[in-house]
Amino acid sequence: MIELKDVSKSFTLHNQGSAVIPVMEGASLKVAPGECVALTGASGAGKSTLMRVIYGNYLAASGQVLVGGLDVAQAEPREILALRRETLGYVSQFLRVVPRVPTLEVVAEPLLAIGCDRQVALDKAAALLARLNIPERLWSLSPTTFSGGEQQRVNIARGFAHDYPAMLLDEPTASLDAQNRETVLSLIEEAKARGAAIVGIFHDIGARNQVCDREINVSDFTPGVAA
Amino acid sequence: MTPLLQVKGIQKHYGARIGCTGVSFDLYPGEVMGIVGESGSGKSTLLNCLAGHLEPDAGQVVFDTRTDGPVDTVTMSEPERRMLGRTDWAFVHQHARDGLRMSVSAGGNIGERLMAVGDRHYGQIRDRAIDWLGRVEIDGARVDDRPTAFSGGMQQRLQIARNLVTGPRLVFMDEPTGGLDVSVQARLLDLLRGLVREMGLSAIIVTHDLAVVRLLADRLMVMKDGYVVEAGLTDQVLDDPQHAYTQLLVSSVLQV
Amino acid sequence: MNEYNFAYLDEQTKRMIRRAILKGLAVPGYQVPFASREMPMPYGWGTGGVQVSAATLTPDDTFKVIDQGADDTTNAVSIRKFFENTAGVETTEETEKATVIQTRHRIPEAKLTEDQILVYQVPIPEPLRFLEPRETETRKMHSLEEYGLMHVKLYEDISQHGAISTSYAYPVKVSGRYVMDPSPIPKFDNPKLEMDAIQLFGAGREQRIYAVPPHTKVVSLDFEDYPFEATKADHPCDLCGAEDSYLDEVIMDDAGNRMFVCSDTDFCRSRRAQGHEGRLSKEGAV
Repeated sequence: MIELKDVSKSFTLHNQGSAVIPVMEGASLKVAPGECVALTGASGAGKSTLMRVIYGNYLAASGQVLVGGLDVAQAEPREILALRRETLGYVSQFLRVVPRVPTLEVVAEPLLAIGCDRQVALDKAAALLARLNIPERLWSLSPTTFSGGEQQRVNIARGFAHDYPAMLLDEPTASLDAQNRETVLSLIEEAKARGAAIVGIFHDIGARNQVCDREINVSDFTPGVAA
Repeated sequence: MTPLLQVKGIQKHYGARIGCTGVSFDLYPGEVMGIVGESGSGKSTLLNCLAGHLEPDAGQVVFDTRTDGPVDTVTMSEPERRMLGRTDWAFVHQHARDGLRMSVSAGGNIGERLMAVGDRHYGQIRDRAIDWLGRVEIDGARVDDRPTAFSGGMQQRLQIARNLVTGPRLVFMDEPTGGLDVSVQARLLDLLRGLVREMGLSAIIVTHDLAVVRLLADRLMVMKDGYVVEAGLTDQVLDDPQHAYTQLLVSSVLQV
Repeated sequence: MNEYNFAYLDEQTKRMIRRAILKGLAVPGYQVPFASREMPMPYGWGTGGVQVSAATLTPDDTFKVIDQGADDTTNAVSIRKFFENTAGVETTEETEKATVIQTRHRIPEAKLTEDQILVYQVPIPEPLRFLEPRETETRKMHSLEEYGLMHVKLYEDISQHGAISTSYAYPVKVSGRYVMDPSPIPKFDNPKLEMDAIQLFGAGREQRIYAVPPHTKVVSLDFEDYPFEATKADHPCDLCGAEDSYLDEVIMDDAGNRMFVCSDTDFCRSRRAQGHEGRLSKEGAV
């Protein structure tokens, strides 16, 4: 479902003497449907960078980034948009929403975007918010005013609203209490069970051991220091 | 799928000075594209060339019309182009006064496009005007008030209603949130986003505000000195800018 | 006896104006620009109508002038005298006898015939002017038949007054093509714009001539649910008893007494001559 072939990534800082900073080289990996793979490595090793390359948020310098058969590194913007709408979900660490939109709408949006019936979408959003213990009185408010933990749970609910065949999870259990952590882990298990291919970053070792089938150390893709 | 708009090699010079040059892109139904750049970068010139307000020196602006399929709007006859401007196209000006008739009531402003395409039933025109006031969050009781009695944010929303009432498929927007308070901007952006999705609109938005494009635009084009220096997915261009100018632009934004 | 060229204007100027008139007749409702001349009277006194009349009159014509329907106002008397002096044509106050009638703000009540020409004095020929001040833009709107704006004006009327309150200079569409300002005639007269006579419109200050040929379709703009209505004061004439003529309201004293009389003085006089009577005929003031 997700396959990287010899992907590299570097940043060119034009405004700082055109310094070229290579951050990733020869990255290859393959994630099958129903499989959950954890990215490991020290802070700054490039876990988030790799996720962003898969999502199309960062532009790969070379190599192929195949998600559901589409090469994200070469695709047209609209192809990537369609991929993100239908195939590839991403739960980032930060919630980014338009001010004023009620929480329930924020969570239902991915479903509405694929043309899901409005009531069905809102019902599913409500079920997810309830499961993640967001009090119902908050659903009609914009999440921009919520606490960090609440925002994170809204973000997760939104990420799991649509049954994406491929998912990227960036620290989904960070800053959650034990009960909500369990809920998120079962959401991941359910996604795997229905055949989603998942790539995740888990600093929470217990969580990683519970849901991940194998680990990939991104330090292997870090360019040689004295290359 | 046929692109709604195919822009091919648009070029506009002002004497020896370049307005914009070598601009090509396809816009598909439902897509929102942002054009960013500083003052004088050519983004407004480009927008006006696309919308038929300026005649480009070279290039094509091919629109997928309802009746005849893709037609080059640069070479089509003026009546046809103006008809397009009243039906399938809409143009939201930065200053509401440029897009509204200030001496005509809110209802008359919204109704004008309907009457222009032949609606002749006062009651129905008025009902649709009131309905649209509601959709842009203006109290229907103000249908007979003139825009001069409205706040800046309301005027801008009225302008949007006036433009969208005929159900256009492509909306051009020139700094739609410029000159508005931040809180008013947020409300307008939210409204625009909802309308774009609800109506399946395609839009081209010119702005210098990166926050606006991040929220509204799927795709982004960055212009400098009349040239497109970078284009791509909005979040990719903003988070991983490739061109020196884009990097400067992104890094110049104050973090709040 | 008089040292003027016939009808004051020189022959070259009259030819120029006649060409504009012919073009106007060929394109009904279209405003034809012409090189308006200085006339020996101020703008606003009918210089456009006077030039059209001058170019139209022949020595055999009988000329009549009305101002708001009356033959005896200063304006009407001056223009009639002007052509008596400069053209030596016969003049009349009787509508039926006239071959050329110059009018300000009315159409005579009597049905006009194919042998007559009605010349209107027009202050502002552009019906779109008050909504779109740019002449470049209004010309474009005419050429592209973009007349939605005209209905915006009527819409505003209804939204503010509950009905189309435009009561004079009511816009019409001529021959299914051009929207035209019929000059400030009351909308009561609009249905009469479809007539057997030739109608010529002259705007001196604005330098425009337009025309409606005989038997041309002239439709007053309206809404389906607010149809056009030719309205008048709901009274009979207090002098001749006519119920179908356009009336002027005359305040008679400080106590607020008033009377309604035909605005078309010739029409009223001829009815009274035939023995018709109104509420106040016996008092015999007129």
